[in-house]
Order: sequence, then C-alpha cells, then structure tokens
Amino acid sequence: MSNETVAAPAPGAEQLPHGIGSSLPSAEIRAKTAGTFPYAADLWAEGLLWAAVLRSPHAHARIVSIDITHAQEMPGVRAVVTYEDVPGEPLHGRKTADRPVFASEVVRHHGEAIAAVAADHPDTARMAAAAIIVEYEVLDPVTDPEQSFEAAPLHPDGNLIRHIPLRHGDPEAAGEVVVEGLYRIGRQDPAPIGAEAGLAVPRPDGGVELYIASTDPHGDRDMAAACYGLAPERVKVVVTGVPGASADREDASFHLPLGLLALRTGCPVKLTATREESFLGHAHRHPTLLRYRHHADADGQLVKVEAQILLDAGAYADTSADALAAAVSFACGPYVVPHAFIEGWAVRTNNPPSGHVRGEGALQVCAAYEAQMDKLAKKLGVDPAELRLRNAMATGDILPTGQTVTCPAPVAELLAAVRDFPLPDLPKDTPQEDWLLPGGPEGAGEPAAVRRGVGYGLGMVQLLGAEGADEVSTATVKVHDGVATVICAAVETGQGFTTLARQIVQETLGIDEVRVAPVDTDQPPAGPSCHGRHTWVSGGAVERAAKMVRTQLLQPLAHKFGMSTELLQIADGKITSYDGVLSTTVEEAMDGKELWATAQCRPHPTEPLDADGQGDAFVGMAFCAVRAVVDVDIEIGSVRVVELAVAQDVGRILNPAQLRVRIEAGVTQGVGAALTENLRTPRGLVRHPDLTGYALPTALDAPDIRIVKLVEERDVVAPFGAKAASAVPVVTSPAAIASAVRAATGRPVNRLPIRPQAAVGAELA
Amino acid sequence: MTLPATLDEAVAALAAVPAAVPVAGGTDLMSSVNAGLLRPAALVGLGRINEIRGWQYQDGHGLLGAGLTHARMGRPDFAALIPALAAAARAAGPPQIRNAGTLGGNIASAAPTGDSLPVLAALEAVLIIAGPGGTRREIPVSHLLAGMEMLAPGELIGYVRVPLLHAPQVFLKATGRTGPGRATASVALVLDPARRGVRCAVGAIAPMPLRPLEAEQWVAGLIDWDGERGLVPEALTAFGEYVAAACVPDHPPAEDGTAQPLPPAVLHLRRTVAALARRALGRALS
Repeated sequence: MSNETVAAPAPGAEQLPHGIGSSLPSAEIRAKTAGTFPYAADLWAEGLLWAAVLRSPHAHARIVSIDITHAQEMPGVRAVVTYEDVPGEPLHGRKTADRPVFASEVVRHHGEAIAAVAADHPDTARMAAAAIIVEYEVLDPVTDPEQSFEAAPLHPDGNLIRHIPLRHGDPEAAGEVVVEGLYRIGRQDPAPIGAEAGLAVPRPDGGVELYIASTDPHGDRDMAAACYGLAPERVKVVVTGVPGASADREDASFHLPLGLLALRTGCPVKLTATREESFLGHAHRHPTLLRYRHHADADGQLVKVEAQILLDAGAYADTSADALAAAVSFACGPYVVPHAFIEGWAVRTNNPPSGHVRGEGALQVCAAYEAQMDKLAKKLGVDPAELRLRNAMATGDILPTGQTVTCPAPVAELLAAVRDFPLPDLPKDTPQEDWLLPGGPEGAGEPAAVRRGVGYGLGMVQLLGAEGADEVSTATVKVHDGVATVICAAVETGQGFTTLARQIVQETLGIDEVRVAPVDTDQPPAGPSCHGRHTWVSGGAVERAAKMVRTQLLQPLAHKFGMSTELLQIADGKITSYDGVLSTTVEEAMDGKELWATAQCRPHPTEPLDADGQGDAFVGMAFCAVRAVVDVDIEIGSVRVVELAVAQDVGRILNPAQLRVRIEAGVTQGVGAALTENLRTPRGLVRHPDLTGYALPTALDAPDIRIVKLVEERDVVAPFGAKAASAVPVVTSPAAIASAVRAATGRPVNRLPIRPQAAVGAELA
Repeated sequence: MTLPATLDEAVAALAAVPAAVPVAGGTDLMSSVNAGLLRPAALVGLGRINEIRGWQYQDGHGLLGAGLTHARMGRPDFAALIPALAAAARAAGPPQIRNAGTLGGNIASAAPTGDSLPVLAALEAVLIIAGPGGTRREIPVSHLLAGMEMLAPGELIGYVRVPLLHAPQVFLKATGRTGPGRATASVALVLDPARRGVRCAVGAIAPMPLRPLEAEQWVAGLIDWDGERGLVPEALTAFGEYVAAACVPDHPPAEDGTAQPLPPAVLHLRRTVAALARRALGRALS
C-alpha cells in the first residue's frame, strides 16, 4: 500500500483540510488516479512462476481419479498439487472448517478447486491445468434449498448449517388485519472491480509470504498456516492495494494453492484470476426464500410477525451462520413488533458458496418486510409512509431478539426527512429528446407508457460482529521528527480507514503530517474489514494510542508548569496552555525524541442467540430511510431509478466528503441488487460469469442520489459517537426501489432483482 | 500480424496464411483471445484499409465500407442517410466499443444480439464479398446470417450495399438496464414509399433476425401512401401483435388438441416484441 501523503502546505499557502469533521482527501488518491497505485496484480518478483487452478466443471460429482502425469510432464511445468499435497489441515473455512483446500472425493459446487499448477508461463500453467485428467461420476446436484432438508447429506457435517427458531411474545396474539407474502432474493456477486490476484514468496526459514489484497490478513494467515502445517509466525500475509471489496476479498481457493506451490517449488509464484474464475471462486450474497405473515390492528399498529427465512448457503458454511443471525434478528425491520415468531435456516446446496457481502441477511429481510408494509398499507388504505411512521422503532424499543435498542435510533426522523423532501420534477417542461426514459438514451422508451412511482424503505444493519465475536483492534502511533505514523492492521479497502486514521491523529496531536504504514501480519491483529468495524474499533484504538502519545508529550511540560495535561492544547503544531501563559511548539517539546504508544479498543461483549433466538447479540445498529422515485415502462417492464433520497443515522460525521461517497456507492450497489445483479446458476452451473452477462449498474443506471439528512446523534459507546455508513444504504435501497415499482405498476413485486415481466403494469399483465 | 492497405492485399494475405484470422475492431475476437479461448496462428489487421472505412453513393444505394465503425455510423450525416442503422450503431454498447467495433465485424461475428443485423435485414442489404484474385461476389445479408451461403476461406466482407429509401426508419431496442446492454429484443422498421412497402425485422430473439413478412404486407396495404400515411392506434396495436405472434409463436397444440401455454418469460418476450413493433411503426408513420 502506498504511503504517499499529500504534501504539507508551504507557509502561507491555503491550509488543507485536517482533523475530524474535515473532508481530508485520501492519501492514495493521486496514485490511484495516475494509475501508479500498486495492486496485487502488479506485483513482480525475480524468477517468478505462474499458477493456474483447475476447477470443477460440475456442480456435484464424485471424483473417481485424478491423473496429473500428463500435466507434470509438460515442458515448463514445475509443480502440480492436489489434495494429496496439502501437508496440514485439509479443511478450512472462515467460521467452520468444512471446505477442502482441494476437492478429494467429491466436488460440491461448480468451480471448486481440484488441483493447481505452477509453470514458467501463465499459458503453460493454464494448459497444464487443463491437461490434468479428472474422472468424474456426475451426481444429481441439490440446487433448490427447499430440497436440501430431504436430500442425502452433501457433506459429512450435514445439510443444515444453522437453524434459529426465534420466539418472542405470545404465539396466540393475532391482529385484525393479516397480510402474507412469499419473497425471493437473488444471488448478488460482490463483483470487485479488480479480480483476485496474489504473489507467494517462499522464505529461507521454510515459511512463506503471501502478498494478497486480503481484507482479513490475520484470519487468512491462520487459515493458510493451518493448511500448510506451519506455525502461524512462519506465514506472513502482506496486504497489497485492494481493488474494491464489498465482501470478503481473496478467496482461499486462490491464495492457499499459491502458498503451497511456492513452498513446493521454492520459487515465487503469482496468480491473476480471470473474471470468470473470480465469479466462480468467491462467495456471493445468500439467495433467500422468505415467507411472511404480518398481523396488525385496524389502526395499522403491528401486532405480530411470523416469518420463515431460508438462506441458500451454497456448498460450504463460510459465514452463513452470521448471515442467518442477522436475517432473523432484523426480520421485522426497524419497527416495533410485540410478538415475533421467526424461523430461519441456512442450508447446504450444490450452488456456489454464499458468504459475507455487505449487509448480508439484512438486505434480504428488508426487501421482504418492506413489501409486507406496502401490502398492509394497501389493505388498510393508509399512506405507506404514514403506516411506517406509526410503527417506527426508537431508542428503548425491543428487538425480536429481546435486545433493547440502546443506541440512537432516529427512525421516524429519517423517514419524515425523506418523505418531506420535494419530489423531482417531471421532465414534461424540457425537450423530449433530453428525457432519459427507462431503457436508456437509445432505448425504446415511450413517454405514454411510462409511469412514475414513489416508494419507501427503512433498513437497519448491525455494527461490528455479533454473538460474542471478539471485536478487538490494536493500533500503534509513533511520532518522530514532526511526522506521525499509524501502524494498524486494519485494511484500507476503499472504505477510507487510512484517511480516518490520519484525521484522528491530526485532531489529537495537532500534527498535520500523518502517514499510515502498510499492513502485514507482523502487526497485531485488527480483524476483518466488515460490519464497519474499523471505523469503530480500529478508529478507537488509533485515538487511544494518539492520546497516550499526547500524554507522553505533554506530561513533562505539565509537570514543569504545575498544571494537568488537560489544560494544555495542541493545534497547528503549537502547544498552548488554557490561559495562554505557556506557548511552545510541538517540535521543541519533542526535543528530537521518538514517542510510541500502542492501544487496543474492545467494545462491550455480546452474547450468542439462545435456543429461542433471544440474546443481546449486537454491539450497535445503524438505520437508514430511502425514498425511491422510479420510472417504469409498463409495457416492456423496464425500470429506471430517477432519484433516491437518503436519510441516514450516522452518529457523527467524521469526513463529510468520504461519507457522501460511501452512501452513494452503497445506494448504487443496492440499485444493482434491485434491478440487474443476479448470478444465474441453472442446475448449479454458473451462467455468464462475465460482466456482459452479469449487468452491474453503469453511470446511466445510477440515479440522482440526494442525501437529504444525516442525523448526528452520537452513539455514546462508539468512539467519537460515529456509526459506520457503508452497509445500511445497500440494505435499504433495493426495498425502496421495489416499493416504488409496486406503486408505479400496481404489481406485487416479490422478487429481487425485479424482472421485466414483474414490472409490467397490472392492467396489461 | 500483417496490416494490408487494400482489400485485395488483405485477401492475398489470408490466402498466403490460411490459418490467419482477419481482425477489424477486435471487440469480439480479442476478448476470446484474452480469455485464452482462441490462439490465432496469425492475424490480418483490416484497420489500415482506407477504402472500406467510409461510404459512397451508387445507383440510389449507399455502398458502406465494412470497416465503418459504430461511432462513425452514429454521426448525424450518416443518420440523415440511413437513420435506423445510425440508431442501432448508437445503441451498440459503450463508447469504447462503438469507437472500435465495425459494421463488417458485427456481420461476421453474427451474434444474435448484434444491433446492426435487424436493420440490415429490414433494408435487405447485400454484402459484397472480396475473394482471391480481385473477384467480387454478392450475397444477401439474410443468406449469410441464415447460413444459406457462407464465406469461403480467404474471403472478406468488403462492402454492404443498402438502399437509400428517403423515408422514416426506426430501430428500437429493449435492454435489461438503462446503461448500454445487450438487447433482449430489438425491432428495425423501414418504410419504402417507392415500392409501397413496410419492412420489419426482429433481432436478438432468435439466432438471426426474423422477418414477419405477412404482417409487413398486411400493414403496407393499410397505409395511404399518397396521403397522410398515419394509421389508427388499433391498427398499430394489431400490427405489433401480428409481428409478435409471428416471431414468438405459440407452442403447437398437444396431441389431444389442448393449447400449450407459453412460459411467463416467453409471454413477456412476445409482449415486448409487440410493444416495440407497435412503437416503431407509430414513430415511422408519425
């Protein structure tokens, strides 16, 4: 990762933004825009070999035999490895070790790794991988999660990965009005803009270094060390530039073989995945089937929610247990529901594995409970926004898990803000050739067939890992020669952690030039980059370490003048006392010394959900309201999202520019989930694993995003009171878009992404 | 890789190395090469052949060079001549693709979703094929797309001859997203006042563009060619449904005579084709 910082301004020059609350630009922005920022695919080492991975063409098959002799004999091939060559643990996994490094007896999904080759040229490696003869006995794949319960076990661990029967309140409770619905959510791919890549370099001590764009370097190191049969300290993960990560990055089916090949050949080995391999390898969002029944009284107050939620975990467990906990816990959304009976299952199938993708679990249920709210509003003849307001959750209310919401939960305020924001103008007063109709500028849109719809979504996500996960992070701050350096193993995935760390140190120490060191596993662990944890725990650790340095710096001065360090201020490189008597520069106070401090941040503990799905499982929560305005061509069923108005609960704004970007990016990912992004896998085989077949939103698909309100109610338990902002707009915007399409077409819209045939007007369908 | 400067040199280069593959914009070919699916022994680059990068007039026809890029065809001067082809070119993907991809390449790769193909089918375009020794032969574009006539080894598409009809033409495309995307269905419709004809082709729903000939003849008979040319909305709707029923046919009835319903996705495709054809005719006659 680049350490280049924005140059300090010359005296008299305009002061760059600095400190918390400023829009400090990212230090890497120049390198990234100039194309000189080093990503994993740019790495090079003297005498490196190229790796290729052989992947299963079948969704489910028994491996009869693997013959590597032809591949080994090819000129230029240096090593071929299969399951027989894994020296350590044959199984790995993020939560549960249930996934083989290489398939040995059975392949359980299309694209499962079977063998890997190292050769002196990438083409040779690919050809050699293709020359490995694998004899399969093809088995019937289990691709429908509903069939998984009855099917023969696909894995020694069984087909049921987790079952949560949440029971909260009185099962006999009933409302006067009941609405039911069945909902299906598709398989979104994280589709990182840079495909997986990595370089493994053997070490003289028999260990190996992995240069990968890992988002969880210590987790990946431990996984790799276990598989290689090495002590963790002999495997080092060095994090390279991360080319996009809205999910776990660096699929183990790439980097585990990479290290094995480096250890086997004694040479550096590099691999860059093709887009197709990337789609086959990494984890996707859980396709989900949801059945809901909402009970309400005649005034629209929710009485009871019954739901069954079935997550398709794919072939291996990965983090599906966590996704299920989120889905079940947030199944009623940010609404007050006195009685809830939510049964959730995560089951194994022969579909590609599902895992952590931003807002997992929460996105699927949000689409379903918001559809239910629309149904209920229609049945009661109440305005959909009004119905939501009547039921909105607030601080002090109780989740269906029995946990009291102690953090700020300004749900009603958020919804009112988006509802009251002026609606976008209809284009009728502008020339018709300037209209952007559904279907695009050269599409077939016809104004007479276009209907506009307005819909709402309210969403919530957890902050930090749940159910007793140890969410600790450690950071070190060093000051020397007027420059502060932050050493923390929190990976900058594009979420802006390094910028935030610089701002925190600027704020605390009054030093403008702050660098963030590259990340590797020789540093203490900071945990994976997910659930907004680095804003919280790593940011908190940086702040504590910076405060400790501050105390070290000020203590001698305070002692000398007989005042406490709290009475001294640091700003713009100067130390002044509260009364202005003392004034000196930081440089003078440092006196050439080097100051170091290391600190940890560990939030309050949580507990696992019990047998009834009850427990204080979450450290914090964040909320968001989205109002979607869509245009639908009701004959063709094409949808254009015109505008998304977002109001979000952010705790405290740390970097306004960065916050806007995170919300806009999240909303756009939500547009993809709502309209186009669905990796299709008929009979378990991934179809069109490329960016033509898998349609991401383009600039023309991204709507006008209006950030209407950012509610700054500080969360007292979070460092700075800030809440992470990336995930909740992803979760909420698909539900709002579906709600708007419902309003435009009069159709139920119970499936995401919304298919054109589901967006044809009710009168035509 | 050779870079001939004339069509005949290119044909000679292909004849000299029979394993060589011609490449123009490379938007289709190079993605296969990059994915490792194709390793051509040699390439003959067509990008320097100036004679096929423009167009000329010939007996009331436009003689379009096969090397015309989509970007060039999308410009207003071209759109004034052959509006439907210009509209298809503008709809054919993002700017990077349109800058590189060519008319000849769109025909040669013959992807079902090729946006220029239904327009060429509706225009009844004729391909002028350059062969060894400076020979030229002509193939109707529909014959090539249907596989009735094939290019022989060493032959290249040199030009595309299309009639200049001096009448409204429409190309409409339905896609999955607002940004550039492959067509789920497309309709090209041209009026030919001289022959009092309406010609229509439906793209992307079959391996080649489909021509609903009966619907064309029926609607051409309704139009008052010497007068206002407009049709009542019911006639436009009937035309759309006629085209859709012809291009997305019902399943034949089961043995016991009961009708076999179409799956919802196919019904939606039919509805889409009907809407596109109706809109296209309406715009052409307005």
